[in-house]
Amino acid sequence: MTHSIRQTIATPSTHARRRSTLSIVIGLLLALAFATPVAAQQTMKIGVVSFLSGPAAFFGVPGRNGAEVVIEGINNGTLPAPYNTKGIAGATIEAVYVDETGSTTKLVEDFRNLVQRQNVDAVIGYIGSGSCLAVAPVAEELKMLTVFHICGTPRIFEEKDYKYVFRTSSHSTMDNVAAAHYVAKIVPNAATYSHINQNYAWGQDSWRDFKLAMDHLMPNAKLSSEQWPKLFAGQYSSEISVLLVSNSDVIHSSLWDGDLDSFVFQSGARGLTKSSRLVLTTAEANMYRLGAKMPDGVIIGARGPYGVLARDTELNRWFQQKYFDRFGSPAIYPAYMVAQSFLGLKLAYEKTAQKLGGKMPTREQVIPNFEHLTFEAFGTEVKMALGKGHQAITETAYGQYKFDKSTGTASITNVERFAAECVNPPEGVKADDWVKGGLKGAKCN
Amino acid sequence: MLTLLAILVDGLVYASWLFIVAVGLSLIFGVMKILNVAHGSLYAFGAYAAATLIGAYFNAGWAPLGSFAVMLLAAVAVGAILGLALERGLLRFMYGRDEVIIVLVTYAAFLILEDSILLIWGTNPYFAFQPYALLGNASVGRLAFANYDLSMIGLSVVTGVLLWWALTHTRQGKLLQAVIHDREMAQALGINVTRVFTATFVLGAMLGALGGAVTAPQISVTPGIGVEVIVVAFAVVVIGGMGSIPGAAIGALIVGLIRAATVHLFPQVELFVIYAVMSLVLAFRPAGLFGRAAARKI
Repeated sequence: MTHSIRQTIATPSTHARRRSTLSIVIGLLLALAFATPVAAQQTMKIGVVSFLSGPAAFFGVPGRNGAEVVIEGINNGTLPAPYNTKGIAGATIEAVYVDETGSTTKLVEDFRNLVQRQNVDAVIGYIGSGSCLAVAPVAEELKMLTVFHICGTPRIFEEKDYKYVFRTSSHSTMDNVAAAHYVAKIVPNAATYSHINQNYAWGQDSWRDFKLAMDHLMPNAKLSSEQWPKLFAGQYSSEISVLLVSNSDVIHSSLWDGDLDSFVFQSGARGLTKSSRLVLTTAEANMYRLGAKMPDGVIIGARGPYGVLARDTELNRWFQQKYFDRFGSPAIYPAYMVAQSFLGLKLAYEKTAQKLGGKMPTREQVIPNFEHLTFEAFGTEVKMALGKGHQAITETAYGQYKFDKSTGTASITNVERFAAECVNPPEGVKADDWVKGGLKGAKCN
Repeated sequence: MLTLLAILVDGLVYASWLFIVAVGLSLIFGVMKILNVAHGSLYAFGAYAAATLIGAYFNAGWAPLGSFAVMLLAAVAVGAILGLALERGLLRFMYGRDEVIIVLVTYAAFLILEDSILLIWGTNPYFAFQPYALLGNASVGRLAFANYDLSMIGLSVVTGVLLWWALTHTRQGKLLQAVIHDREMAQALGINVTRVFTATFVLGAMLGALGGAVTAPQISVTPGIGVEVIVVAFAVVVIGGMGSIPGAAIGALIVGLIRAATVHLFPQVELFVIYAVMSLVLAFRPAGLFGRAAARKI
């Protein structure tokens, strides 16, 4: 009360003094602002899209977590070299997170909203292949630089050329061709193989690629049984009976999230993993939570050299440590795939800015420098080698699961790496034609 | 021979699960003429509650066999709380309105409950595998069956017999049947239909939650599990005849056995076999196998 009375009886000279002090402070701030390089003040608004609800949040949430870690590292300039400069060409990233869940119409609406209302400078996102196929033409129409991170369909850059769209991870053909290579190496005497894949695009494409690669790499192995449960079936009692009766040496599966957990529980309890070797192309994302429930010896993939299959580099150690410190769990492959798309974007912008003498480039100026870019990411080296420089290829790796009951830790043994040019089609060749044609042009060690 | 045995056992196991999941939906429709889309959420809540309680139970180090009682407790608790909340808090205001409007209301409740699951349990999966592993296996040659799966057959028989007995041999059951046959006449005769509605809805909700609770040890309990269930449960109820409990049992058996045969013999068509059976039944018996064509009151 006393304080307010004092304020009300302040003399005119006091006001004048305050005004002049205020003017000085404003002047100083303005001077400081103009003294700072223009680029450092800018903000780069990026729309970050992934599944944040629904069953696929299993990938989307770690993906967003990966984005948070890398954005903080970029904004603070704490990433290891060559990414140790602050921001993207000096601009601080401001992320706008959007949930991918919903119909294709909603996805496109959300994308338009990001571009036309939120005025983002770039969009990084999309897990579902259907999402990527729907968004790509809209990104092109709106001339919005869009980087896909996880979606796997090879069709995007095979069916059409895009100027504004990039994908910084390999498409799904790599996962299954590499799985067949691994089986040929580890189980060379396998006489029969079966599969259990969900009856929709992802499962069908995964199985087609694996089967055709097996036809080429292990022509004497015979297909024993095919199982096509629906997506989110959860109950595999009948399918496991068929697989038990088929007595296959190898069982391929691209099941993911809860479906994969359920299949591992149920097949483990019924002894399927004792008679057959499981090849699970996405199981790295499930292995920590399954722990002792995942049987030893199961062949595990991570849709690339990510997570536990990443190369031991300074960048990888930084990412794993920061992720663990922040979220209390190891970073799994979706986190790597999302985070590496930020690195690609940063490098492309900075390469362009360097050519422009430090000036913030426009999207059109960045595109030629993003095309055919090669950059070191958290898991491995990424080469924008396909789709006229818009589609990445990377090496990949597979290994076998091992759980140490005494320490309660999950790990991978017998890791085999496959060069990018060995497990991805050459430029200009469609993935489908490549696997059908016997993997011609593959450069394997 | 082994394949035939596998088809029979797999079919019965799946049919049992279907019956447990679908019978509550059928009961509610039979008495209240409400197609309760939120039944999928009751299943999901049952699964989450059971997974959470089983986890806590095993962490406490109590006798493993007691976990089966925990599942039952979870189903009863979820059914009682959510059933009462939905019926007293929402549906009772809708009685007398068009059936389509009530379906939309239950659909809205389903969406709200699905988001509530995300709020309560988040996006991470919940595991409650211990009871599944506890019962071991039964083997026939190369074929091993999980005893937990086989126990589903027993549970569905017990559930079905108890329901049949309660409906035909108890006073409350007879009152309920009177409401099923003619709601207005039952009301005119002095039956408190409102109370019958509440009891039926809570019982149906408990059965839905029981379906989720007993499924929790078999699966990874993740967001969205209720969506799939409502679709197959609806198919079973339609095949058997909306509102008929013997119909739900026969519908579940037909679907279970045909699906198992398809998985073993023609796996490529497994995706739509349930709907093919449903279409076929509806083509010849539009009210379902046990459904009665209702005379229209003017």
